[in-house]
Amino acid sequence: MSTAVALAHEQIGEWKQPSRGIVGMACLVIAESAIFIIFVVAYLFYIGKSLRGPTPREVLEIPWFASICLLSSSITVHFAVHDLRHSRIGRFITWLAATVLLGGIFLAATAMEWYDLIYHYGLTIRTNLFGTTFYSLVGLHASHVIVGLIMLGLALVFAFFGKVNAHHAERLEVVSIYWHFVDAVWVVVFTVVYIIGR
Amino acid sequence: MATQTQVIVNPATRRGWLDHVQDWVTTVDHKKIGLMYIGYALIFLVIAGLEAILMRIQLLVPNNNFVSPQVFNRLFTMHGTTMVFFVGMPILFGFGNYLVPLMIGARDMAFPRLNAFSFWVSAFGGLLLYFSYFAGSGLYGAGTAPDVGWFAYAPLTARVFSPGHSTDYWTLSIFISGIGSIGTALNIVATTLCMRCPGMKLSRMPLLVWLYLVTSGLVFVTISPLTAAQIMLCIDRYLGGHFFDTQAGGSAVLWMHFFWIFGHPEVYILVLPAFAFANEIIPVFSRKAIFGYPAMVAASVGIGFVSLSVWAHHMFTVGMGPGPNAFFTFSTMVISVPTGIKIFNWLATLWGGNIHFTTPMKFAIGFLFQFLIAGLTGIMLSVSPFDWQLGNSYFVVAHFHYVLVGAILFMIFSAFYYWYPKMTGRMLSDKLGSWHFWLFLIGFHLTFDFMHIPGLLGMPRRIYTYEADRGWEIWNIIVSSGAVFQAVATLIFVWNMIASYFKGEKSGPDPWDAWTLEWTTSSPPPSYNFATLPVVESRRPLWDRKHPEEPDSQYE
Repeated sequence: MSTAVALAHEQIGEWKQPSRGIVGMACLVIAESAIFIIFVVAYLFYIGKSLRGPTPREVLEIPWFASICLLSSSITVHFAVHDLRHSRIGRFITWLAATVLLGGIFLAATAMEWYDLIYHYGLTIRTNLFGTTFYSLVGLHASHVIVGLIMLGLALVFAFFGKVNAHHAERLEVVSIYWHFVDAVWVVVFTVVYIIGR
Repeated sequence: MATQTQVIVNPATRRGWLDHVQDWVTTVDHKKIGLMYIGYALIFLVIAGLEAILMRIQLLVPNNNFVSPQVFNRLFTMHGTTMVFFVGMPILFGFGNYLVPLMIGARDMAFPRLNAFSFWVSAFGGLLLYFSYFAGSGLYGAGTAPDVGWFAYAPLTARVFSPGHSTDYWTLSIFISGIGSIGTALNIVATTLCMRCPGMKLSRMPLLVWLYLVTSGLVFVTISPLTAAQIMLCIDRYLGGHFFDTQAGGSAVLWMHFFWIFGHPEVYILVLPAFAFANEIIPVFSRKAIFGYPAMVAASVGIGFVSLSVWAHHMFTVGMGPGPNAFFTFSTMVISVPTGIKIFNWLATLWGGNIHFTTPMKFAIGFLFQFLIAGLTGIMLSVSPFDWQLGNSYFVVAHFHYVLVGAILFMIFSAFYYWYPKMTGRMLSDKLGSWHFWLFLIGFHLTFDFMHIPGLLGMPRRIYTYEADRGWEIWNIIVSSGAVFQAVATLIFVWNMIASYFKGEKSGPDPWDAWTLEWTTSSPPPSYNFATLPVVESRRPLWDRKHPEEPDSQYE
């Protein structure tokens, strides 16, 4: 084919395509959203259909503090990416550490809530439909928080050892998209479980 | 183009077989992964085909005792699950893996290691499903392979009704193969959007790539609900949850919804790649550019969207009430519009073309007619009162096999004959291909045309045997005899692939005088695909190179 006609290259101009990391993460977010939608639908469908207690109103308290922590971690991770892109490594590490800390607080709050529900109210995943749907929806979200914390924590460890620089900004941005997604899902879970479901 | 044949010297010929195994196991090359997908799907195709033959032997005559009812239940469960998850999906992903980067002028997929991971996860999913034959009984000594049907309705899957681990194997194998499917779909989307060669705008992409883009998009919103439902089933079975436990207020109908939200778009995930093959093969052998490229793209995207709103037509007999019945009847009929657009565009491509009846083209023409008939029985079944009469009968089985075999499998065969020269460097025998086509065509019509009739006469699906006085005997004999033709034809096909690999005529880089970029590479292509990245100016870059005096880019 080398003998084939030379094509008019100059007509093409600059050839730009989206970043594959960001497109890949966007695809993952779409797929994960579909999983969460199914769990949310199941939760909504089973509200008030439990054959025995305890009911959500009896045992659930609105986790304001944990929610504020998780949602503000979206802001801190955004600043972390921004500072890394501009090579301000010190501020980047501070923002990233704050993100991991806030995510950790959220996770700890969930753990305490579950401890309370299990040991004081006797609500487990087998107790009733509320228990089944509550633990699976909130647990599915919490497991995503754990995955996000592992990724952010790894980035933090590498940053401490001075292995992260502005070239990695795009990769951190890909992780931050995942983290924003986890936060956005919490808005839905919070509304469904603690507002509508109560 | 035939003058450009290259002699390929393989430096690997003198190495031991272990080196080859290591090569294949550790590869991240999209072409090798594609071939492994295809090979593994073909193995499962033979296994699931054998299961079908065993079922047809059992149903050949009334009151037959060839297999026990329990074995029969396992056979239809394994046949359905295998064909959908471990034949259909992997074979289509295999062709996609092989062709998408070549067609858009890329050197590999966007995420090669994710690609290898996705393949191996799916492959182990298939092994896990069949391992149930050995380990399904668990400590309870109950059950072997899954026997709950391929859609595994609750409460059949509850611990009480499905002791042992048979259902767990079913759930887990589908769960992990779903992870592989999402990985590959993600890869195809990222490759298509981010790895195109200079000049390959979205509006110039081969239609095959467009259809794989739509299919992959559907995988995200379709396989994920199934994954979610399998997680719920695992929670029910292992942790004592109550999602589908009617004793505790759970709902069996919810499982049906969740399953069919996956189940119906899944049909389109399988059929869109078949359309994709037709989009490439029909124009080449009509010696015309595809008719209505923008309409084809729009129709494909339209099918993708509408297919998400038709799932409950699988549930008309559940009793959903007039509102949902009317809605799903309507949406199911609507989806025939974009599908009809495609059929008319293929016909318009054939119209006035210089048609070459090569083996791939024969299969493609067979596909066109059979897909039309499959669509027509689909419209019949979309009418809910008609469905109340024939739901769960052999009419339904005949309808969806008409789609899966008459349309999808025919197009897969066509794709094999078309791209085998690219993959191996040798042509498949046209003579054996003719035998394969005609025998398979006869067998297909004997089996699946006549299968509609016992359905109309009231024969339900999934029964392991039947009484002699129902008037179904002669039809079942015809249906079973068609299976013999199909089996023989498939054996000819397998023999053709093996024999042609060693003795087939050398194909050269471009045996069909085609127009897309994969034919600019040697056959088989080098591991880097393109020494220099191609630059394209139109939808048929190879036409432009062959006809510089009249390139497509002047007209698009």
